Amino acid sequence: MADFWKKLFGKKQEPEKPKQVDMATTAPLSDQQISSIMGMQNLRSETKQLVASVGQSVGKQRDHNEDSILALTSTIAGSADSIPFGLYIVADGMGGHQFGEVASNAAVRIIGGNITKKFHSYLYNLPTQSLQESLQEVMETSINEAHQYVQREAPGSGTTVTAALVLGQQVTIAHVGDSRAYSIFLDGRIEPITRDHSLVKRLEELGHLSKDEAENFPHRNVLIRALGQGELLEADIFTVPFPHGGYLMICSDGLWNVVSEKDIFRSITESPTLHRACQSLVDAANTAGGPDNISVVLAQLIG
Amino acid sequence: MGSVYRARDLHFPNVVKLVAVKEMINLAPDPIIRQTIVQNFEREANLLATLNHLAIPRIYDYFTHNEHSYLVLEFVHGKDLETVITDANGFLPEDQIISWAIQLCDVLAYLHGHKPDPIIFRDMKPSNVMINHNGDVILVDFGIAKTFQTGQKGTMIGTEGYSPPEQYRGEATPLADIYSLGAALHHALTRRDPRLEPPFSFAERPIRRINQNISSELEAVINTALQYNPSDRFPSAMAMKDALMNVARKTGALSKIASSIPVPTGGIKPLWAFKCEDEIRGTPTLHQGMIFIGCYDNNLYSLNAADGQFQWKYATEGGIVSRPLVYDNNVFFGSEDKRLHVISTRSGKVVWTYYTEGKIYSSPRIADGHIFFGSEDQDLHAVNVNTGRAIWKFSADSPIYSSPLVMNEMVYFGAESGSFYALDFRGTLKWRFQAKRAITSSAVIKGQSVYVGSLDSTLYSLDAKNGWPIWKYRLGKGSVSSPAIADDFIFIGAADGFIYCVDVRTAKEVWRFKTENQISSSPTIYKDSIYCGSVDGSLYCLEYRSGRLRWKFESKAAITGSPIVFDDIVYVGSTDHHVYALFA
Repeated sequence: MADFWKKLFGKKQEPEKPKQVDMATTAPLSDQQISSIMGMQNLRSETKQLVASVGQSVGKQRDHNEDSILALTSTIAGSADSIPFGLYIVADGMGGHQFGEVASNAAVRIIGGNITKKFHSYLYNLPTQSLQESLQEVMETSINEAHQYVQREAPGSGTTVTAALVLGQQVTIAHVGDSRAYSIFLDGRIEPITRDHSLVKRLEELGHLSKDEAENFPHRNVLIRALGQGELLEADIFTVPFPHGGYLMICSDGLWNVVSEKDIFRSITESPTLHRACQSLVDAANTAGGPDNISVVLAQLIG
Repeated sequence: MGSVYRARDLHFPNVVKLVAVKEMINLAPDPIIRQTIVQNFEREANLLATLNHLAIPRIYDYFTHNEHSYLVLEFVHGKDLETVITDANGFLPEDQIISWAIQLCDVLAYLHGHKPDPIIFRDMKPSNVMINHNGDVILVDFGIAKTFQTGQKGTMIGTEGYSPPEQYRGEATPLADIYSLGAALHHALTRRDPRLEPPFSFAERPIRRINQNISSELEAVINTALQYNPSDRFPSAMAMKDALMNVARKTGALSKIASSIPVPTGGIKPLWAFKCEDEIRGTPTLHQGMIFIGCYDNNLYSLNAADGQFQWKYATEGGIVSRPLVYDNNVFFGSEDKRLHVISTRSGKVVWTYYTEGKIYSSPRIADGHIFFGSEDQDLHAVNVNTGRAIWKFSADSPIYSSPLVMNEMVYFGAESGSFYALDFRGTLKWRFQAKRAITSSAVIKGQSVYVGSLDSTLYSLDAKNGWPIWKYRLGKGSVSSPAIADDFIFIGAADGFIYCVDVRTAKEVWRFKTENQISSSPTIYKDSIYCGSVDGSLYCLEYRSGRLRWKFESKAAITGSPIVFDDIVYVGSTDHHVYALFA
């Protein structure tokens, strides 16, 4: 790589003497050029291995679990070599009556089932033709199917869903509600990838609530978008790079609302394995009172 | 959850009396929930029976049969407002919307004045407003039955996008209906569906920025209705109606049709123009104050970028559309004479040429001592940049008209069969993706994705490492235009005449701009503008975040090549035989 750069740009450095400035072709790079140069970095292909683990608890104050979870890790045959495949979903049913878990369970099963069906031939057979739909289309049809199912079979109920499809080194996310996906980097950065569809978040974004007011807002639990609610489900669907060298975390508000980011980071980095890290996160939420169901998925690309 | 049927009332066999039958199928497995749903249905029926207003459908009957419940209602001939907005060719006239708004205030005032308790409609939105055959409004769907429970993860009521903030807290007052009416009118005036936008974000989409035909007076009324705090809105539907009547009087909106959108037009004078002897279909290159451009008079021209003065020309034996590339004081370009030509930038004398077995439309790219380009002979050629000797060839399954993208020791290019290839620097295939029709467009890369258009009317985002399609964006027609990227936006032209701006992460359309003919040109970004030519003969300059037209320059024939911009000057070739320099 370095050689490549030297060859490309190395020569330019030598003739750059002051007298040539008036040749006037040293215009600053346009935004487009800069972004394309930025885009060139870190693209060397290496075989990576995907590993993941989950943790779940009903919490200390609820008597039943309305969260649902799915984690599936494998590899897929590419044309040159195998690429990592991972499907991770967390759903947090809403309502407080028995339909919460119906909705979250249905959402996870339908979305998970639909996506694995699309990838069936890549996972369990030798594929004969390429995928007709794009990854984002697969996510969208799956989440919409779950939405229609919940509307039909459990009207009135709803659920959050945060689903992540890892293929190679990119993550395609489908998200509605206030469960979250995070990129966690080894230098301590914890960056939410998703945006909560909650009233409190919306009011905060609009500047109607300060951060402190938001913390104590009485309606922190009110969602403005949920799977199963409203005629038209507008899920956020997008693709981001897998956090380089770090972790992808998906969790319900039973974790992120209760345990600070600093403690989340410490729980993960101080644990010897991913599995222990998940357990440690669940314990941290329960130690802090465990007011809600807790669900967490951690995934890491090794190599 | 339900359907509405058009039915005929057979109690009146001698005439055709149409009624609307609203069906709801109750599939809830839990008996308590089922019962609640039936009760809600009956509640709607009883509520409607007590109402008597021209803008509220009359109810004739209701009944429940097994899982099915039915309401028999007055049949409204017409379309709902959402359909009217969607079907309209452009914006609806202001006076029309004012007249509907006044009628809606009337019916809301009637509902809010209902005794013993006011009726809060709670679901005011365009799809619940029918426009009948006389052009009058009828409010339909009194079916809101969900109740708001606090302390639990929120159940929602109303329709996201039209509901005011306090409705999420479970408060439903007449002022909530005022907000929703404001939201519905905002949607009608701007054609921006609030369900697709963040909640309470109307202030971020000022009406007159989107639709300049609207009077500031009407905008002010809508803004008052959309106030975040209920106490800042109109105190009642009647007060809002009065305000609307004042607007109608002031602007004379009720008696006149709004004028059409003013379009900024030509009058742009080029800095200089240079005339060749035939069409220019390709794109220029600028290097050290010189413009290089190929022409269908078979010549490559060198011009002084400052004044358009002719420097030299070099004759090939075919038309030149390939974009010249300058490297090490030599110009590299392909020609329809099947050769890659390498000539000195100073003298215009040949250094070496390289033969392929087909015409070369592809523009060369150089990296790591190699020059890469495609040919009609179906090969992607890698040639030593100093000696002109072939290093390797990769055989595709069809002619290659696209230009390769060379990045991270990978070569990406499309072919006329619709195949898109990713090779490493040794010419080994890493992956291949199949589009449904030709890929003539040249790819761009950002982050971990490559982006390319196809004649199958799709803009693709493919994983640069393995070729999996991340997303697809449907264009109105096929595209040979090569995309450009700035911030998180990707831009591409298509044969339907539109320039599209799409979010690279989500594949959501940000804006589209219509030109008068198809677009073969590739957009170029410079500062906060996008520049793109069209077969309609014009070069367009748009604000790239909003798609707003800044200016356009009309040449005398189609512009199929792409503009380049340096130091606030745009250079572009046209099939009217000219190269133009314009102020950016």
